[in-house]
Parts: sequence; structure tokens; C-alpha cells
Amino acid sequence: MAAHLSYGRVNLNILREAARKELREFLDKCAGSKAIVWDEYLTGPFGLIAQYSLLKEHEVEKMFTLKSGRLPSADVKNIIFFVRPRLELMDIIAENVFRSDKMHSPRDFHILFVPRRSMLCEQRLKEQGVLASFINIDEYILDLIPYDGDLLSMEYESAFRECYLENDQTSLYHTAKGLMTLQALYGTIPQIYGKGECARHVANMMLRMKREFAGSQNQILPVFDTLLLLDRNVDLLTPLATQLTYEGLIDEIYGITNGYVKLPPEKFAQKKQGEASKDLPTEPKKLQLNSAEELYAEIRDKNFNAVGAALSKKAKIISAAFEERHNAKTVGEIKQFVSQLPHMQAARSSLANHTSIAELIKDITTSEAFFDNLTVEQEFMTGVDTDKVNTYIEDCVAQKDPLIKILRLVSMQSVCNNGLKQKVLDYYKREILQTYGYEHILTLNNLEKAGLLKLQSSSRNNYPTIRKTLKLWMEDANEQNPNDISYVYSGYAPLSVRLTQVLARPGWRSIEEVLKMLPGPHFEERQQLPAGLHKKRQQGENRTTLVFFLGGVSYAEIAALRFLSQMEDSGMEYIIATTKLLNVPPARTPAHIKDSMHPSEDRQLLFV
Amino acid sequence: MAFITANWNPLGEAFYRKTELYEMCWNLRDGLRDCLVAAAPYGGPIALLREPVRRSPSSRPQLEIYSASGVAIASFPWKSGPVVQLGWTVSDELLCIQEDGSVLIYDLFGSFKRHFSMGQEVMQSQVLEAKVFHSPYGTGVAIVTASSRFTLATNIDDLKLRRLPEVPGNTWSAGEVCRGILMSNGPELYILDTTSCTAVVPPGLGPQAGSIVHMSVSFSYKYLALFTDTGHMWTGSSHLQDKMSEVDTKKTTPPKQMVWCRRPKSQQPSVVLMWDRLLMVAGVSHDTIQFPLEDPCVLIGELDGVRIISSANQELLQEVPLVCQEIFKIASMAPGALLLEAHREYQKSSQKADEYLREIKEQSMLGEAVRQCVEAAGHEYDSNTQKSLLRAASFGKCFLTDFSPEAFVSTCRELRVLNAVRERGVGLPLTHTQLVYRQFYPLAIEVCRYLKIPDYQGVSRVLKHWASCKVQQKDLSDEAIARAVCVKVGDSPGVSYSHIAAKAYECGRPELAIKLLDFEARSGEQVPLLLKMKRSQLALSKAVESGDTDLVYTVVTYLKSEMNRGDFFMTLRNQPVALSLYRQFCKLQEQETLKDLYNQDDDHQELANYYVTASYREKRLESRLSLLQTAVDEYNKAKNEFSAKATEEEMRLLRFQRKLDDEKGAGLLGLSLQATMEALLALGLHKQAEQLYRDFRVPDKRFWWLKLKSLAEKEEWEELEKFSKSKKSPIGYLAFVEVCMKSNNKPEAKKYVSKVTPEQRVKAHLAVGDLEGAADAAIERKSDSELAAVLARCPASDRQLLDRLNRAAAAAAKK
Repeated sequence: MAAHLSYGRVNLNILREAARKELREFLDKCAGSKAIVWDEYLTGPFGLIAQYSLLKEHEVEKMFTLKSGRLPSADVKNIIFFVRPRLELMDIIAENVFRSDKMHSPRDFHILFVPRRSMLCEQRLKEQGVLASFINIDEYILDLIPYDGDLLSMEYESAFRECYLENDQTSLYHTAKGLMTLQALYGTIPQIYGKGECARHVANMMLRMKREFAGSQNQILPVFDTLLLLDRNVDLLTPLATQLTYEGLIDEIYGITNGYVKLPPEKFAQKKQGEASKDLPTEPKKLQLNSAEELYAEIRDKNFNAVGAALSKKAKIISAAFEERHNAKTVGEIKQFVSQLPHMQAARSSLANHTSIAELIKDITTSEAFFDNLTVEQEFMTGVDTDKVNTYIEDCVAQKDPLIKILRLVSMQSVCNNGLKQKVLDYYKREILQTYGYEHILTLNNLEKAGLLKLQSSSRNNYPTIRKTLKLWMEDANEQNPNDISYVYSGYAPLSVRLTQVLARPGWRSIEEVLKMLPGPHFEERQQLPAGLHKKRQQGENRTTLVFFLGGVSYAEIAALRFLSQMEDSGMEYIIATTKLLNVPPARTPAHIKDSMHPSEDRQLLFV
Repeated sequence: MAFITANWNPLGEAFYRKTELYEMCWNLRDGLRDCLVAAAPYGGPIALLREPVRRSPSSRPQLEIYSASGVAIASFPWKSGPVVQLGWTVSDELLCIQEDGSVLIYDLFGSFKRHFSMGQEVMQSQVLEAKVFHSPYGTGVAIVTASSRFTLATNIDDLKLRRLPEVPGNTWSAGEVCRGILMSNGPELYILDTTSCTAVVPPGLGPQAGSIVHMSVSFSYKYLALFTDTGHMWTGSSHLQDKMSEVDTKKTTPPKQMVWCRRPKSQQPSVVLMWDRLLMVAGVSHDTIQFPLEDPCVLIGELDGVRIISSANQELLQEVPLVCQEIFKIASMAPGALLLEAHREYQKSSQKADEYLREIKEQSMLGEAVRQCVEAAGHEYDSNTQKSLLRAASFGKCFLTDFSPEAFVSTCRELRVLNAVRERGVGLPLTHTQLVYRQFYPLAIEVCRYLKIPDYQGVSRVLKHWASCKVQQKDLSDEAIARAVCVKVGDSPGVSYSHIAAKAYECGRPELAIKLLDFEARSGEQVPLLLKMKRSQLALSKAVESGDTDLVYTVVTYLKSEMNRGDFFMTLRNQPVALSLYRQFCKLQEQETLKDLYNQDDDHQELANYYVTASYREKRLESRLSLLQTAVDEYNKAKNEFSAKATEEEMRLLRFQRKLDDEKGAGLLGLSLQATMEALLALGLHKQAEQLYRDFRVPDKRFWWLKLKSLAEKEEWEELEKFSKSKKSPIGYLAFVEVCMKSNNKPEAKKYVSKVTPEQRVKAHLAVGDLEGAADAAIERKSDSELAAVLARCPASDRQLLDRLNRAAAAAAKK
């Protein structure tokens, strides 16, 4: 079921099992049949912890989505609300409870807060006069959810926005708590490094929480040697660039949500002979993407240009395997062949799926529009003409390309130029307001607050220095047989991952100058281990670092870190954690600021 | 020693034994007659109330609390109303349930803590029967009134009363708490929960069995026993899925008490029934064990047996554990039994010891023998038996090379502790956790250290409890107590100073509470108490320090209701973290307050943004414009020239759109500038579009693109040509070619190919499908990439062109 979580260096299945155990315990506390009312946002992440079958075993008979009005009828003893602690959700719950049919069948109400209880919310329920209706109010501490063998995410959607725009550090508190849970299961992490204001804040909270629970020192041999906390705003450039790995492109084009992607169905139609081609499926094809699938694990992190070769190699291996049947002569041989059939068939259908996906992507990557966009991105990243108005952007605005594309490019130019000149900045802003509407004055305002857009100050542009020192641009990136992380963006080496790489060797001391140019403090902390828990390292044994991205991580960055883990001489393995997997183009950095800031949506928020 | 099986009584496959725990220290004049008695499980204390319902106002019954061995802990006259039931909570607090439905809570030492009521309606009809039970949520209380209405509270620390539905026929004969309330009415059995009253049928219990007059669930809530008026006892699972047995007790009067007697891994659970002069153990088999009783007794169900308390002594009735049976059963040949025998002979210096040992070793069962002796020692109550078993084990261990001593060592430790607490003065026939509550602090701490319990689970808890009592000592000054607590507790891990402080505050010592709170390392923990003590400013800074935003929100909402607005805002101003959280809150909940906040801070930029946002909520154009004007003013104050101008532009656009909508019904309002011009061009209102283009200083490039596309869409080719010649195109002419091709008009497209700049010429030729032209242009420019682009499009059939291109490519490559 979740075996792929335990393949990696660190067995993340322990975390999943702990979460499942807690869920079962909660469900058993409410005796009798149950219906769960879901805060819809939670269903995705919960799916990674427990399938419906587990819930069913514990007498969950019905599931509903939380919405205002009356609860659907269900002949159950318990109604359990699974919700995030948000005031607006409390109002909906209150309405549900009020309008529930008291005469017909009174039921027991419960609330399970994820990831933790909130006094504020309980206060609100009290004001609404429904607090007393709840038999049981509990919390389900689910901060870090295992997404893959080396990947944890909190799926806290608005972390970036809250931290950098609203000075709301709720997500950071959850992060610190999540890291404490992680340390309770995997041992105290002896070394903590960090860069950025948020990183500093999280580290401070962790250290204080450790002091507060000084007694409950755990006696587990530490699994992680180092924790690296990175603020997203230390490296705003990377998520702006178009990802060029296979997985990255799937995400850029179709968006990966909770490990699933929805694809246009046409390519996946079962072609059977003699059947009318009329009834093509209209539902999007939904595929799960994780390392449990052998082929996907092999190609997900490759540069897309190397995927074709990998697929055709795989195709040859598979058909060779099927050919084996002609060599099977004895009964024993045939039996052996048959026993391998299911595995081979799975491999074959996996190959067919990914061949189709690769074809879909290829249609896009070979288009002129894609090429032009990429060219401009690469010009910016190499520092070509970043100080004047870019004709391509102008043309895109004139063509009314999606706003998100424009914002990504303009932000990128601003970041690569350490801010834009007043004239250039105002020009872009005017172009955007006149074309996409004046309401985006708020969007732009937010981008400026977050530092994605800024006015060049008198100090000189330090991006070239950063680029050269950290070797962010590699002229001869090898896409087929990469020797450097820059392959994930066909030339650009993600800054965040470079920082991680340098930290491992030769250490941050070598890049003090550059670190000072990047926003926020950098620091190192040590956590004392109880005597006897100091690891005796075997010769040649790799160290393990947990890299935590505060504000989101892109799939290409994950690919780059995986590449570093696999490099023979790196001596370091990486586990990646994040507040959110940046996904679906409109939800990526600049956009997800824009998204909920659109006044019309603000309006919706207000009148819900 | 030899008679260890003397008190064993066989029943079916198993044996039952009754061991004396204590001769009771108390001296009860009238025995247990006419007493309400409640004893807490796990060897807990005993509460006694004599003649609870005698209503003569002159006589005050006495409430007495004893340790399990009968040592008096507290005693005081009962001044409140008539009591129906006594019971103990999980944390050894005494619950006294009165007839009027009020429940009074006392601590172990008889001091009053608090009270609550089981509901208004109970007041009139009176509580007939009550039961205290333990659930996963804590300690619960269930009552039934004279009018047969049941009320249930599953956790008295978080009181939620649940009045259960009416019972069919409004009468009942026996009840028990199990998955709601299990209740009988004659031969029928019902499960009563918050939602319904469901009839259930115990499998295998026919109606001829008679009316159910008594019932009992096991300690673990897994099993159920029913007793009928014909003397039949039915046992089965509490889910009523399967039946275990049915025994005819040949007694037609209902028993006074009926309690399950089983142990974890029990071979055969059975039930102990008590009548006036008889104690009966009945189980799976049809036999029963009967003990005569001299005194009135009380039965207390335990995890692994039943305690029997009488006025004279206290006994434990339990199933003999399997391992003890194997060792002590007469003529047993189990390895443990042989080892015990071997050791006995060894002590007598007899060579038989060797024979026994050989016999065990030949079966290679020595490890098992040692294990059996160690385990059995743990089950024995008599310390001499314990010793001989452990000695035998230790003796056997000598002949083993790789036997882990862990079990042996920990059993020895645990037994020493258990024996110590069983000692009469302490009077605890069981585990260590209850020790703390009895205020035997030094002993408890020693026990924790001795058992090597991690500090935060053991010693710290003891210290915490000690400190909580310390602060209640009225004869000491605040300073003295604070110092004493600090010295003893220091920074022991896991001790919550907040908890101690809360206790101090409860006792009316706020100053002491504040002093103690200073020692608390966890800032979050301090907040609720600080709020309670109205130190809200301090609470706020502690909440911020903790990083827990929910806590900050909580304090902020509290402050908001406590303070006047001015003070509230000032307080927030000094706490930026709290302020930004409050802003967030206002954004979602109180837009107006948000404005006031920005105003107070002279944050003109945010004010302006606020007005812009507000303008989008307005339907009427005038209000919208006036809000935008305010925004412009604020942007100006914020020296944000760009935004001020942009907003003015927006207002201008809105007015323009309104005017045209009125004049031409164009439906423009709300469109962006670009979309407006697009719409105007589509409507053929070129002049107005041009006017916007000039007024809003739209860059030429964008306007040209717009017009080009619009004309092509409307297929106004002549207009388009005229437009292309109006001046030099700022977007070049490739755009013209491509837009025409998009409208599938190749002839028009071709018109513009010649005007395209040399750099784009190849592309333009290719766009219109003119390979020859593209080839010429590429060859002329000698660019390999362009040559390659043409080659890629060149069909293999056109040999001549291919050759030309290849030659040129080769030449370009040479260069």
C-alpha cells in the first residue's frame, strides 16, 4: 500500500503508521456508526494517510463535504467534522448543527481539528451557541505528511502568502511543531542550519520547545544528521523558472495535486479493433504519480530531453522479456514465465501511460511559444538585457497571454536585475493594469511586498556576483547524462539547491559574501544529544540532511536534490520537506499571491 | 509452603483462590450494615457513609474515608442532602450523588472541591439509582430518576449532560452502563443511547428464563452477565454477539452484588455473586464454588480479580494464574515445578537436586523453568512464596549461559515496591501510581527512582503533586512557599509551574500564583491562567513569545472585549505580531475595524488599498468613484505617485465606459482598458478607440497588435492594408503575415512578406508556405540555423532545392 515510503534512506512509513494509529484511536473513541463531514481541503492529504477502507473498518458509513445549510441525512450515531481550525468553517459547522433534524434522530457531534485545536475556533462555536452540542472536541496532529520515500509536505496552502505578506507566522508554528514530532520519531537532529527570517523563527521555536520539554528527551538514535531550513524568499528565482524535468513539466502543464495528475483522456483511449471510436472517454484520466511505479521513479527526475531515450530503452527491455516465452520449453520454465507475467504487464501499461504523457508534453515543448518563453527566461538568468523593457514580454501582453505568465517573466527579470529601474517597472505595471484590469493594482502591490517585484535601489545589481559565485548558470548542461544539478533547468542550477550543496561541501564559510547579499540571517545551531546517542559512522556511510523549504518547493528542486543524493561522491543523502509542494501553474509563487488577491475573489470570501 | 494449594477451589478447568490481603485496621461499630460503600479500583481508598437516607434533621451521618487497609484518612459529618450513591473518579476524587441530582466532589482527604448538577428535571423527580463509571473520556456518571428517565455524563470534567430517550413502558428492572445504557424490563433487554432505545436479544436466552433482575459488565466492558428471577445466570460478550454460558444458581432472590472475576489471558471468565450469607463463583461449567459469608461484604471488581471487603478483613478472590497452577498443582511435572523442587533439595544438600535438574535439562526446558518461576513469583502475594520462587529461578539461572536477566531483575524490583506499598501503614494492595495521591511523597519518589521510571513520568509528577499541595498551606507566607517550591522542584523536566500556580490561584493566592508563573519555561502554558487573573498585557506578550498564533488570537479577542478601543489599539501597537494577526482577523471578519487600524497607524498605502478593495464591493458607480477618489488621496499621502495616477486613470476609464454605455449601450463597464478598446473596435467605433489610445498613452505596439487582430478578425482587408501603410509598423510586418495566415488568407499574407525585416524573412516565407523564397532568403543570409529550418520543411521529392540548400549549408559550415 505505502511500501514506497519505506524504500528510502529514512523509513517515512513510520510517520505514516504513527498517523494511522492515532486516527484509529480517535475513531474508536466514538463508539458506533459514524459519518465524517470533511473540510474538502483535507481529503487530499488524508488520502495519503488512510484509504476509505480503514475508515470503513472503524464504522465510518458515510462521508460528506462540509458546506453550509443542512446536513445530508444519514442513519448514523455519530457525526464527525474533520476540519482545519478556521473561523469561516466554524460558522458553517454551527449552521449544520443548528439545522440538524433534532426531532427525528438526535446524533452525537464531534469535531476533529487538523492539525491542532484552536481556542479561537472553540470560542467562536461558543458564541454561536453550539459548543455544548459537541460530545468530543479533539485534535489530530498531522503536520508533515509523507508524499514519497524522501518527501514530506505539510500542504499548508497559504504559507508563503501568510509569512511574507501578512506577517502571520501560523504556518511556522506548525512547522516547528511538525519538526518536533519528526524528532520524536527519528531522534534529535544534532545540527540545524538556516537562511532567512522564517528559518530563524522556526529554529528559535524548535529550540524553545526542546527546552520546554527538556525532560522528555528521547533515546532514539538520530536518523538525520542535519536540518537545513530555507526561506523561500532567499531564492525567489527558482520557482519562477519553467521546470524542465519530466515531473516538473507534468506539473507545469497539468498540475500535480496530492500525488495525482489529471490528463486529457484522448491519448489514453483504449484502442480496440472494430469498436466505434465515437465513445471516447470524456472524464480526465487520473493517474497516481510516485516512486511506487518503477518506471516513473526512473524517469521522473530526468531532463525531459532524456526521457524519450529512457522510454525506448525500457520498451526494448519489456518486449524482450515478453519474447522470452518462446524460449520457455520445459514446464518449469513456462511456469516461471507465467509467474512474472503480472509484473511485466504492469510494466507494459506503465510504459504505455508514460509514452502518452511524454507525447502530450512534447507537443508543447516543441512549440515555438514554449521555445520563445524559455529563451527569454534563459536570457534573464544569464543577465542579458535585464535592465530594459523586454520586447517578448511586451508582445505577450499585447497578445493577452495569461497574466500568470507575464507576472512570472516580469518578476524573474526583476529578481535577476536586483530590482527594475523606475521607468521600466512603471511601464510594466501600466501595461498590466491597462490590459488585465486596474484591480491588479493590488496584485502588483502584493508582488512588491513579497519582493518579487522591486524598484532598483541605488546599490548595484548583485545578481551577477551571486550567479558567478554559486555557478548558477552552467553553459554546457548535460541533459542526457547530467554531472551537475543545472540539468533540471537545462542550464540554470537552482539557487536553493546550490546553497544546500555548498553547505555539505565545502561549507557556508566559503560563500559568506553571497550569503550576506541574500535576504535574512544565516545561522547554525547545535542540539545536544544525550550521551550514548552519538552515531558511530561506518566508513563510507552517507550523512543524511533534511532540507525544509519554508514557503514551498518545486519539483525541479526536488529532482536536483535527488540527483545530489545519488551522486557517488557527495556523501550526503537528502530528505525533502516543505510547507507546500508548489503545483499547478496558477498556484505557483507569484500567482498564488495574485489568485486570492483578485478583488472579485476577495468579494466572494467576504460574502460566503 | 506445602499447603499452597489449600485455598484453591476447582471450577471447570481453572482454580480459584481467596487470599487474605488485610485484617482491616478500622473499627466499625455496626459493621457494613446500612452503609453506602465505595472503593476505588486498583487498591484504592474506601468511602463509607452510614445510613445515608435517614432524614431526621438532627442526626448527621458521618462520611468516612479509609485506605484500602482500613487506616482512617478523613472523616466528617455529612451536612448536605440525602446521598444515593458514592463513587471514585479515575484521579481518586470522591463523588457523592445526591437524591436531588447534584453531585458533590471531594478530594481524597475529604476537602470539598466543587459540585455540579445532573440537570434541572432531576430536581423534581429524584434520583433513584446512580452509577459512576470509567470511560475513555474520563469518569462518567449515569442516573435514573423515579420517573424512569436516564441521564448520562461521559466525562464529569467536561460536563455534557445527555438526557436519554424515554424507556418503553416507563419502567425498568435492572440497568448497567455499557455502550450507552443497557437496561431490562422484565425479560426484555434494551440498549439506550442518545438517539434511541433499541431492543436487543442476548443469544441463547429464551423468554422462559424469566425477567432479568440484575446485570453486570466486566472491568474491561467486554463481557456481560444477566441474572433472571428464575435463578439463571447468562454470560456472554457485551456486544451480545455470542453466549458463553448459562448457569442455574438455584437461587431465586436476586443477588445483592454481581461482579465479574477474570484476569487478562483468563482461561475462563466467571462471575462472583453475593447474597446475604453466601458468595458464589459461577462460570462456564455448571459447577459453582460457594463460600459462606458471616458478615455483610462489599465486592470490588479489579482488573484481575475481585476484592471482598468486610468489616473484619479484606480478601482477594482470583483465578489462579496458569503459571502458578503449573508450578504448584499437586504432582505437577512442569519445568518450573521441577526447578522449585530441585532447589528445595539443593538447600537440603540432597543429591536429588541434581536428578531434578538433569530431568529438566534433558528436555532442554531449563530456560522455560526459570521463566515460569519468575512469572509465578510476580503473581504471588505472600512474600515467602515469592522468595522461594525467585531463589529457585536464580538457582536455575546458574546453569544457563545466555539467559537474559532482565525479567528477573525487574520482577524483583517490582515485587519489592509492591510489598512496600502493601504494607499496612500504606495500605495499597497495588501499583505505584496511586502512591502519589496519598501524599507519601518521599516513598513515591524513592519508588520512581528505584523502578527507573523516566523522570518526567515519575519523579516530576510526584513533585508536581507535592507542590500543588504545598501552595495550599495557609500558614506559610507567599515568599516561603515560592522559595520552597522552587528549591525542591527546580527545573525538573515536565513539571508545570503553571499548573502549580493555577492551584495557588484557586486557593485565593494570586500573588503567589504570579511568583510561581515566573518559573514557568513554557510561555504558552502561562497564558490561560494570566488571563484568568486579568494580567492580560502579560498574557499577550507570553502568547507572542510562545509562537502559537492561536494563543495570540485568543488573548487578542479577550483584550478586545475587556478594553476600550483606544487602549486596545495602543496595546496592539506595542505587539507587532499580535497586530498583524488581528489585521488578518479583521480582513476576514471586520472590514471596518481594519480601516480604523490603518488610520491609527497612518498607513496611507494600506488605507488606499483598502478603499480600492472596497470599491469593488460597490454596485453603484458614484459610490465606487468616490471610494476610488479617497484611494487616490491616500495614495498621494503615501507618496505613491504611480498608484495614485493609475487609480485616477481607472476613474477616467469608468466614466468613459459609463458614458458610452449610456450613449451606445456598448456594455463596457468593468472591462479593462485593453478589452474596452477591443470591444470598441469590434463595434466599429474606431474613433472612440483611437481616443482612448491617445488619452491613456497606450504604447503603439500594443495598439497596433490590437488593431491588426481586430481588422483581421472582421476580415476588413482593405482597412488592414491602409493601416499597415499609415506609418512604419512598430511591431514589424511578420505579425501581419502571421495574423493573416491565422485567418487563412494567404494572398493577403503574401502582401506583407516583402516588408518583413531580413532577420525574419525566412520565417515569413515559411509562414506562407513559400519554400523557394525561404530558401533564397536563407541562402542569402548564410545562416545555418535558418538553412536547417528550411531543410526540415523541404520535402524529399524536391531534389533540386535540397541540393541547393545542402550546398549552402556546407558552405556556411565551412565559414
